[in-house]
Parts: sequence; structure tokens; C-alpha cells
Amino acid sequence: MKKILVLSALAAMLASGDALADTSDKKIAFSNNYAGNSWRQAMLNSYAIVTKKAVADGVVAAADIFTTADKEVPTQAAQVQNLILQGYDAIVINAASPDALNGAIKQACDAGIVVVSFDGIVTEPCAYRVVVDFKDMGRQEVEQMAKFHPEGGNLLEIRGLAGTSIDGTIHAGILEGVAAHPKFKIVGSVTGDWDQTTAQKAVATILPSLPEIVGVVDQGGDGYGAAQAFAAAGKPRPTIIMGNRQDELQWWKEQKDKDGYQTWSASIAPGVSSLAFWVAQQVLDGRTDVPHDLLVPYLAFTQDTFEAELPNIPKGGVASHEYTQEDAIAAIKANIK
Amino acid sequence: MTAVPAETGLKASSERGRLARARLLRGLLPALSLVLVLLAIAWLNPRAISYFGFSLMLNLAIPIALATIAQMFVIAGNELDLSIGTFVGFVGCVTATWLKDAPLVGVLILLGSICVYALLGALIYLRNLPSIVVTLGMSFVWQGLAILILPKPGGKAPDWLLSLMAFKPPFIPFPIIAALLIAAVVHFGLMRTSYGVILRGSGGNAAALSRAGWSLLKTKVMLFALAGLFGVLSGMALIGITTSADANIGNGYTLLAIAGVILGGGEFVGGRISPIGAVIGALTLALAASPLLTFMHIPPDWQVAANGAILIIVLAARVLISRRER
Repeated sequence: MKKILVLSALAAMLASGDALADTSDKKIAFSNNYAGNSWRQAMLNSYAIVTKKAVADGVVAAADIFTTADKEVPTQAAQVQNLILQGYDAIVINAASPDALNGAIKQACDAGIVVVSFDGIVTEPCAYRVVVDFKDMGRQEVEQMAKFHPEGGNLLEIRGLAGTSIDGTIHAGILEGVAAHPKFKIVGSVTGDWDQTTAQKAVATILPSLPEIVGVVDQGGDGYGAAQAFAAAGKPRPTIIMGNRQDELQWWKEQKDKDGYQTWSASIAPGVSSLAFWVAQQVLDGRTDVPHDLLVPYLAFTQDTFEAELPNIPKGGVASHEYTQEDAIAAIKANIK
Repeated sequence: MTAVPAETGLKASSERGRLARARLLRGLLPALSLVLVLLAIAWLNPRAISYFGFSLMLNLAIPIALATIAQMFVIAGNELDLSIGTFVGFVGCVTATWLKDAPLVGVLILLGSICVYALLGALIYLRNLPSIVVTLGMSFVWQGLAILILPKPGGKAPDWLLSLMAFKPPFIPFPIIAALLIAAVVHFGLMRTSYGVILRGSGGNAAALSRAGWSLLKTKVMLFALAGLFGVLSGMALIGITTSADANIGNGYTLLAIAGVILGGGEFVGGRISPIGAVIGALTLALAASPLLTFMHIPPDWQVAANGAILIIVLAARVLISRRER
């Protein structure tokens, strides 16, 4: 039986170059451990939009979403086990813990199920991980800053939630960028927790002790708060890197309309859930060359593109992007070394 | 209880018969709700009713059953333990770190934590403190210690524990055997031995016990030590299944364990508990909360609410029947 399957897969491979097997009878489940903030809501929404169309187009047979009632690890482990029993062919997962779900993930792999994790990734080697390239995002912030301020100057850094890997990675990228552009110097660093109010308070506290700042490098969710703090202190407005939040882009637009203010914006798109879906679909499609660790680009907006996006972001929300099958194929290709 | 009418023996005996029937129903109710949930699962997803299916659906119910038994010992003494969840998490962190790397230290820490539980029992009895307050405080202590041991998720379960929890006996799935074993051992110890009667009596009629010369301090210490012991077993079983720990891994167990005891026919006061019922209650909760919900294909926006609704329905059935007894 297995031989026949392999043979038919081979035949299909020979017959058509790109689409290897057929995934129209495959079922993909999405195991999610938390739905209680705007980013997660946008994540679920993007996933629902993309998968609904994929099911309607007959790309896959089903793509169901399962959210656990609490943020607990055992609940999600049980959920994964139930999805195995349900006979799904692939599980896309935003996991409650990078390690503690490995037992259930391994059971899924052993049952022949493709597991693709993103955002909250799992470390079990048999699973796929879709990771956003935060390091490049940090480096790019300084690169962009160098475009706006070729003469260099003092930078203020706003860090994210302490102790998380995302904060550490973006910070490392920023340091790398500063090393490549020695004209810039980080003269102060505060913790903003990716939150407007926290960032505003932290920046307001440190501002009086700082020399003139030309730019603020941050991690998203904190740009608007920083702008408010500078305005309240009566200090000249620096170039503040934004993080794709609606209020940040709105402020950027106001400043641009006023005097042509320039900056750059980047963050992880909640729609990365849809990319994880397509990666699962590609693996089900019979691709065996998909790397288990996929580094994918972040979502960035420039002076010319952000205004077009602004109306699409709900108030208090964050810019998202629904990925397509082509995006996934391109991302996989970029990660094959 | 209603007064038994004394005029006619016939009436009295029919009254007794009615009460006995109600008691029987009450004893059978946990099993009945388990069967109902199983039937629903079988109807929704027939392939779940298999050796493989039961192994998967029920293996995470084992730590819940053990935590429920732990909670049941505390409830038997008219107390409530709000720290059992974080305690299970703490044990999990010790299991995934010390117990693997330095087994002797790990065993000592776990024995020590059981002693802490016993001391809590003594403290609650001697100072006449409300157990809810003491254990709520302890829940933060256990959580803090767990984060101290394992600041970020990780660690690995000892190999012997992994192979024990992955044990595949012929014909009957391991979780079912484990559940039967737990229920049988605790039932014998608590319902069939004379000291078991004393332990339950400390919740039922403490004054009578102490007049008869039994030490209430000893019973309280014993009940809490047993709760600690089963908490340790629960944490170890959980890590044996998940393979790796997380400081927050057991937090949800506190309320699940209380609900399990009540669903299994126990009462908050009066030392009225049932070990077999508690294990069945834990299994029912584990099945109703997760597999049943997953198999029902509820739209994602409603899943969280539906989970709560299922629990309420299952618990409400019990309340309806126990009312008929009065």
C-alpha cells in the first residue's frame, strides 16, 4: 500500500512540476491557546479569512480553529491529542509553552501528522517552526535611521518585555546595526513593554537626563507613547521608528501632513498564522525539502506605503497581512540553503 | 433529613426504600455522567473509542485524577486546598530538573514538600486558621519556588518516568488501569480500614471523635500529608506525559480538582466523600472539557463559553439528583 502511494506520488511529481500531490482531501487543524488580546484576534481573523477561501477553492478539505478555554499547557496538550484522534492531517499551533507540549507534539508526529508552530513555537524537532526574523528587524531600524540621519547622532532605545526571546533578538539586531553605523550612539535605554503608556512613562522619566536625541529605536507598540513623552517635555521631535499600530501610523500621518515628517515602521504581522497554514499545506503537498526552521520576513511600511494601509487597520489594532500560497513557497525557497 | 413517620411501619419502610434508592442513584451518578459523556464522544467521533483513542484521551486525566484525590483528602477534613494546582506545578519543575539530574536531592525535596503539607495541616488545626487563606498564600509560595527552579520552560522528565507513563499493556489502555488502581487503593484505605473511618469522621463529627479519645491534630496532619503525597504523584505523572515542565503547568488543576470531588459525589462538609466517585469525576471532567468540546466543532468564538457550559450541565445533573435525597 505504502509502495503504491510512493509510486503515485512520484508519478504525480513527474506529471506536474510544481504541485506534487493533491491536498484537496487533507484536513488541517489550528490549535490556539489564547484569544484575549487584539493581536491574537487579528491572528485568528487572518487565519479564518485565508483558510475559508482555501477550503472554498478546494485546496484543502477542512481548516478548523480550536481555542482552549484557558492558557494552561495541559489543556492544550489534551487538545492536540484530541486533534490526533479527530484524524487531522496537519496541526498548525500557537503553543502555550515551547517545551512542555513536546510530549503531545511527538505523539502527533508519530501518528503521521504534520505540525507547524508559529509565534509560540515548540522545540520538538519533528515539528516545523515559522519564526519572524526579529534580528533583521532590529538591524533594519538602524539602517533606516542612517538614511534619515546620514550625519549620525544619539539614539534612545525602548526595549520590550524583559526576559522574552523576542526582546533579546530585536535588541541584538539593533546593536548589530549600531556596530555597522558607528556614527550612531545609544545614549539611553528604557523598558516599554510594547505598550504605549508604559513607554510614555519610561521615556518621560529618562528624557531630562539625556543629550539631544536624533532617533528612537524601539520594538513596536511603544512609538506613539514615546512621541507623546517628547512632546510633553517640549523637546524637539526625533525620528521615532513605528511598530505598525494604528495610533502610531495615525500620528505619523498627522506629522507628515504637517511638515513632511519621515520615519519607518515594522512589526510581526498577526497574519503569520496564515503563512503557517500554507507551510503545512506545502508539506502535505509532498514537499520533503521544507526546512524545519523557517525564518520569515516581518511586515514593514515606508514613507510611501503606510498611508494606503492606515484605513485597513481597526482602531487600537495592528496592521496585518494575509499570506498567500506563493508567499509560503517563496519563504520556503529563501530558507533552503 | 426528613423525620420518618412513626405511625405505620409500612410507610417508614417505603420511606427508607426511597432514601436507599436515592442513595444508590447518588452513588451511580458519577458513573452515569461518565457513560453519558463517553456515549456523546462515541457518537461524535467513533474512532476515539479504541485502544489508541482511550490512551490519548485519558492519559492527561491521570494527573487530574491524582490531584482530585489529593483535594478529596483535604475536603474530607472539611477544609479546602487552593494551592494544589501550583503545588503540582512545583512538583513538575522538581521532577523535570532535580529528580533527573540528582535523583537523591529530588526525592528529598519531594519528601520535604509532603512534610510542608503535613505542617500546614498542623498549623491550620492548632491556630484554627481558615484553610482557604493558608492554602491561597501557599499557592503563591509554590508558584514562586517553581519559577525559581525553572525560570523558563524546559527540563526533561527522568527516563524511567517517561517509560512508565508510555507503558502500553495488552488489551486495556494504561490510563484505565491506572485509574482503576488509584480508585481501588484509595477506596480500600479510606473506606475499608478503621483508621480511614476515623479520618472521614474528623470531617463528619469532630467533637464525637475527640471525645472518643482520637487526636484531631493527628487526623488533620494525616489528611494534609496524604494530599501532599497525591499532589506529588500528580505532578510526576503530568511531567511523565508532557516530557518537559513549565512553572505554570498545573495552575488549572486547583479548580478542576475541586470540581472533580464534587462531581464524584463528595460534599464540601461532613466528611462525605467517595474515592471511586472522585476518580470517575476527574475522568468525566477531563473528557467533557477537552475531547467532547473538540469533537463538537463549535465555532471558535464560542468554544471558551461552551467549555464552561458543559461543566455546568454535568455538575447540575448531580445537584438535581442529590436534592431528591432530602
